[in-house]
Amino acid sequence: MTDQASSVLEIRADYMAQMRRKRMMDGIILVVFIALMVTGFMIADDRNAGGFWDGLHRFFDFPKEVLSEAVEKIAELPGNLWTYFPSLIETINIAAASTLLGAMLGMLLSLLSTRGVAKWPRLIPLFRRVMDIMRAMPEIVIALVLIFVMGGGPVPAMIAIAFHTAGALGKLFSEVNENASLKPVEGLQSVGASWAQRMWLGVIPQVVPNYFSYALLRFEINIRASAILGFVGAGGIGYELRNAMSWGKGQYDDAMAIFLLLFLTIVAVDQLSSVVRERLTHGKTQKVAS
Amino acid sequence: MTLTVNETDLLKVETDRLFNRKKLMSFGVPAVVIAYLTYIFFAFDIPGLAQRFEVDNARALVADSYSYKTHVTRDNRTGEISAAIEGERKGTYPEGTSPEWVTRGESETVIDLGDGHLVNFGADNFVSYAIPEYGIVTAQPSRSKGVQAVLPTDETPEWINASKNRMTITTDAGRLTITRNRTEVFRYFTGWELFFFTLDSPYSGLSVGEVMSRALGGEHAQIWQEFWTNKMWRHQDVAWAIFETILMAFLGTMGAAMVALPLAFMAAKNFSPFMVVRQITRRFFDFFRGVDALIWTIVLSRAFGPGPLTGALAILITDTGSFGKMFSEALENVDKKQIEGIQSTGAKPVQRYRFGVIPQITPILLSQILYYLESNTRSATIIGAITGGGIGLMLTQAMITQKDWEEVTYYIVLIILMVMVMDWFSGWLRRKLISGDDSGH
Repeated sequence: MTDQASSVLEIRADYMAQMRRKRMMDGIILVVFIALMVTGFMIADDRNAGGFWDGLHRFFDFPKEVLSEAVEKIAELPGNLWTYFPSLIETINIAAASTLLGAMLGMLLSLLSTRGVAKWPRLIPLFRRVMDIMRAMPEIVIALVLIFVMGGGPVPAMIAIAFHTAGALGKLFSEVNENASLKPVEGLQSVGASWAQRMWLGVIPQVVPNYFSYALLRFEINIRASAILGFVGAGGIGYELRNAMSWGKGQYDDAMAIFLLLFLTIVAVDQLSSVVRERLTHGKTQKVAS
Repeated sequence: MTLTVNETDLLKVETDRLFNRKKLMSFGVPAVVIAYLTYIFFAFDIPGLAQRFEVDNARALVADSYSYKTHVTRDNRTGEISAAIEGERKGTYPEGTSPEWVTRGESETVIDLGDGHLVNFGADNFVSYAIPEYGIVTAQPSRSKGVQAVLPTDETPEWINASKNRMTITTDAGRLTITRNRTEVFRYFTGWELFFFTLDSPYSGLSVGEVMSRALGGEHAQIWQEFWTNKMWRHQDVAWAIFETILMAFLGTMGAAMVALPLAFMAAKNFSPFMVVRQITRRFFDFFRGVDALIWTIVLSRAFGPGPLTGALAILITDTGSFGKMFSEALENVDKKQIEGIQSTGAKPVQRYRFGVIPQITPILLSQILYYLESNTRSATIIGAITGGGIGLMLTQAMITQKDWEEVTYYIVLIILMVMVMDWFSGWLRRKLISGDDSGH
């Protein structure tokens, strides 16, 4: 009996020691994290042109200025919205075209880099590295180089975003491909289908809903990216925004119209894509259940 | 079981309809895609691209990214000859020294461009250029009479551009430009010049072994100092810029997660009983996400000025919206049973959250935060280019000069490496933290 009691005590002591160790580890991690955050903030604050505490109370100055001017000229708002609508369309077109091209290239790369379906299984690591590099390339890098070579406009932005999208989607797509059933592929192979036919008829129909869902998510991200690239000279609404900002005071009603257009577009696409994606995944679970 | 005629007909009709739909999809979707791309082809004026394409820019960019040129210049008014790498003051050879392929004599200077190409700077501004398989081009530039070029043939080849006041000869070996006031020779070399030490450094031109042996001989601090403060490649500034970019991503991501977590409780159906609070919080998230990082950056840089803090705050605000939405979805999916179990032991609400909820959502939260950390490193580069901080700023600055393409290449390589390292690091941390976490708290 006493034996049992002592072993229980032992277990308890052991457990408590373990807990203490764990708590201490958690505590150390927390302290390190807080220290990193605080010193990081201090360094960032130090290297910034204006300090955080000085700027904090000025935070609302600029929005207030813009808003008050926009309210003053509220009558011009519909006209301004109409003026900048074509450049919004351009921004959306850049995003859509680059998502489309990127998704097509990403699809190809993902099929080439998935075990089981790849055309050249030995080259799988190569295609994976290629996708890693494409993914790591920020859009602005390619866009700036291309703007230098082929002048401003939507094409550099489209290529830049498509390049990054191909890498990002390629990785997600290849994860989807890994879960695809290989039976249709084998069936097609047995009747002598070529690699392209096996992919197009055997793999793609299985994975299309997931591809579409990821591509929609990318489209949402790419609208933001194409607005930003416009700001560095690649056309679209970002370019107009920079012009409106550089005119400064007196033209803030234009800036406000552009803010509004961009905001509404992003919110609309965001909501639309979440509804569609919800339906896609929901529809799939239903199919599995039935 | 046998089918009646009616039923088979019905089945056939249904199958036909299904097949028609499939056919429509398999031909219709590609047709729509092609139609859209055709529209884009014309809307973006891709046929006109050929005219806008600047071949010279592209060639300069590619050539400059892996090679450099050394200028040898004579001022035709004073007769002074100087040599400078890339023609920059930072790369100028000190007084009295010159590259080994330039031989300076009393009255004439011979510049050997390799492959038998010889340029001769003679007395009284006289210049001659011996081009193999062509002949000797001479010129006598003067203030009053212009360049006065003499070619060995009557016909001017297309690689020589001669007029009264200017002559440019471009060959594979280099380039000679003569104007009234200046005679300039370029010679091209492969590689990144002065990457380790600039010409004014005592270690310039030494071999790797020699530098290493000197470092072992106790000069390592000085050698490091010379390398670190290299004026041409600015290693110190580049290292700081990369650090700033990562700092922006780190502060922004972690700050956003810390702000978003408590707000996510307010937006989750099962933790926030009041519809109004829930709706308001959710609209806040939508607003923060909807106002893009671009606009936040502009607004913030008005208040805080350019720099890494502005970038970090822009990421923080945008991602508070994204995290808030994702966290609240994760919270809505938690298992109630664990909370009830904790509650049955008499735990207070805070303890219920701490031991019943947090352990359930930690893996999801961590993996999302770490994924964003990697993606925000890329965003921080872009935001830095707009708001003026980090490696993004250095990249745009180098691009604006339109000649430091070797530096642009260097920065691009560094950016790609930085993002890949962050990708690897966040993946490693995710595996480490999440697999080490299954013991529970």
